[in-house]
Amino acid sequence: MILLIQYTLIFASVLTLVALGGCISEHSGVINLGLEGIMIMGALGGALTLKYISPSLPAALIVLAVIVTSMLCGLIYSLLLAIACINFKADQTLVGTALNMLAAASATVIVKTINIAENPDNVSSTVQYVQTKKALVMNIGSMQLNWFIPVAVIALIAAFVMLYRTRFGLRLMACGEHPQAADSVGINVYKMRGFGVIISGMLAGIGGIVYITAGVSEWKFEVGVAGFGFLALAVMIFGQWKPLNIGLAALLFGFFRALSNVYSGFDFLSALNIPGSVYNMMPYIISLIVLAFTSSRSRAPKAEGIPYDKGSR
Amino acid sequence: MESSSEYAIEMLGITKRFPGIIANDNVTVQLRKGEIHALLGENGAGKSTLMSVLFGLYQAEEGIIKKDGREVTIKNPNDANDLGIGMVHQHFKLVQCFTVLDNIILGDETVKHGLLQKNVSRKKIVELSDRYGLKVDPDAVIEDITVGMQQRTEILKMLYRDNEILIFDEPTAVLTPAEIDELMKIMKNLAKEGKSILFISHKLAEIMAVADRCTVLRRGKCIGTVNIKDTNPNELSRMMVGRDVQLVAEKEESVPGEVILHVENLSVPSRLHHKNAVSNVSFDVRAGEIVCIAGIDGNGQTELVYGLSGLENCSSGKILLGGKDITNAPIRERSVSGMSHIPEDRHKHGLVMDYSLAYNLVLQRYFEAEFSTSAGFLKKAEINKYADRLIEAFDIRSGQGAPTIVRSMSGGNQQKAIIAREIDKNPDILLAVQPTRGLDVGAIERVHRDIIAHRDKGHAILLVSLELEEVMSLSDRILVMYEGEIVGEFDPKKTTPEELGLYMAGARRAAS
Repeated sequence: MILLIQYTLIFASVLTLVALGGCISEHSGVINLGLEGIMIMGALGGALTLKYISPSLPAALIVLAVIVTSMLCGLIYSLLLAIACINFKADQTLVGTALNMLAAASATVIVKTINIAENPDNVSSTVQYVQTKKALVMNIGSMQLNWFIPVAVIALIAAFVMLYRTRFGLRLMACGEHPQAADSVGINVYKMRGFGVIISGMLAGIGGIVYITAGVSEWKFEVGVAGFGFLALAVMIFGQWKPLNIGLAALLFGFFRALSNVYSGFDFLSALNIPGSVYNMMPYIISLIVLAFTSSRSRAPKAEGIPYDKGSR
Repeated sequence: MESSSEYAIEMLGITKRFPGIIANDNVTVQLRKGEIHALLGENGAGKSTLMSVLFGLYQAEEGIIKKDGREVTIKNPNDANDLGIGMVHQHFKLVQCFTVLDNIILGDETVKHGLLQKNVSRKKIVELSDRYGLKVDPDAVIEDITVGMQQRTEILKMLYRDNEILIFDEPTAVLTPAEIDELMKIMKNLAKEGKSILFISHKLAEIMAVADRCTVLRRGKCIGTVNIKDTNPNELSRMMVGRDVQLVAEKEESVPGEVILHVENLSVPSRLHHKNAVSNVSFDVRAGEIVCIAGIDGNGQTELVYGLSGLENCSSGKILLGGKDITNAPIRERSVSGMSHIPEDRHKHGLVMDYSLAYNLVLQRYFEAEFSTSAGFLKKAEINKYADRLIEAFDIRSGQGAPTIVRSMSGGNQQKAIIAREIDKNPDILLAVQPTRGLDVGAIERVHRDIIAHRDKGHAILLVSLELEEVMSLSDRILVMYEGEIVGEFDPKKTTPEELGLYMAGARRAAS
């Protein structure tokens, strides 16, 4: 039972972080389909930091270093989307998809190169961080949580305050709803959209490292992040682009994802004798069902996906 | 800041060229402090370009702009804002899902420690709205409020920024008659409080009612500035169009023939609520007559036309077109059976905005043998030839003729394209919904003539209009709609606008 709560919280943190990223980007008017790819890049940066950083450093410093590198990797990678879609007005769906393919492939290549350089016989795409991963753990009673959970909660609150209580948030959402209106009152739409994408890159980057350190002590980059970036998009839509709803939606999806990790620990579930793959499929099936019922009345930002052009009427 | 100049803004000798066209040719407009100055001109006369120059959206090649007697440069809307120039755009620049308050403060927010201070802003907005009589609910969401209140929000946006010079770009195009009266009062009030107003319009009655002076533009040139006191609508329209214009349509007595459109107990559901928007409506339209549906916007006219044209399924009742039951017929079948439709929303139902003018002109006929081969390929040359003929015949002005992308054309010419397409189909029944919306007097005269000519050929016309003047001058028979029902039938020669108004407002209804 404790294990279930533990995993639910961790997976919910991943989904919250990444979905918030998507939400902020879309509120600025850019659809970020590249979340999956950005997660992989963030995960790669974080995993390599964990691999090379000295385990003797204070735990807080390790956590900080991991978060900062993941964030930076996510940020830099998301700049590709920002420049292509905002400056060059490229199709956002295509660029996002390209980012996903590029990230999975290049992360594998990078990790394999590193592994081969260390040991010519090792052609795997796995990064190990057994020692340093301990620094991420946070124990509350008998529950083994990690430091990323409070980070996700802080991000959630910060996103809420930013969107609804600050000047930046008001302007950001205006750019996603009606960029011509924002422009007419002197707001630089291109700049605001750039910020939206960059913030989403940072959040998705952290989300990536949180995902691959949830439970395991090594990660095989060939598998990417198993569609969690897309699951986060589903969370965002189910959460109606509102931070607090996204938090709740993430808990729901996180719960089903956690169930697949720990179902064998529940006697009544293992007694049902359902194959493990069914549990693995659960979050994705749930997202299909949920989206089928909610997306028809969804309130996406009106101008999302449409490149802003000052000249058009 | 006091200054000796009597003018708030002067635009002197402004020339602005676009490839192939001089939009403004040595135009001079001087706006006195505290006056309402109208800018009158046909569609495409250069009014919008001139205002875009003043608002910093375009740079003029020649000419200078003076504020309070001193020369200024305006490079972008922010410069205009800093000089106290504000503009209510024809298409409102409001974020639909924001509140009135959020829209007003956007771009000029009050913050403390990085957080928005909405209470401070709310106080200022309430003060402004009381002072100028602009009723708004600061916490209402834009998409839930009326167009009139949206416009008041736009005005408050300018006042909130302490703008002294207010530009109104065709502000009445989207308003109901009652809202127009209200706006006129507000504008006079603003001028009394010392604001200087530039009022862009092509509606003579409004200019006569509210403006102090009027500058007339024609094809980019400045024709002159006149005092409203010393002029009359005929002179203004002559200045604007360059010839005498008939402000009231002239037509022969109608000779109604057989019934073309027969509507029996028709009900159409509403998209907004669960009740019927049109309930139990019956009427006939005969060959050779213009029947007009009058009413205040939102009383079921839109849905009635949706039902007749097939855009919406009817919940009950019967529609016969020339004796044939088309109640549940698809739109294509109605179209080929002799129904034409000039839709209310030309962007949504009238045109494919990113197609060329030529393709838009054959949108309902491309499948005919004249325009496509039996294998289904389009005959481009034939389509272009046909388009050129309509462009010529209906005076549709565009950048490059038939290949012009419709989105780049002015609203008035888009409307002309639809009218050309629908009338040239030579339909037995023409459904025309606000066919002259957004057109200037010259073009209105033209459309009215086309409609009357179509009637005189022995066809039936069902006209829906919100403008009483148009209803009175064009129709042979008037049906008034109120809350989804027809509450009275009138002969335009035996009724008055006042009587119609009472029925339209629901104060009276015919015994049924």
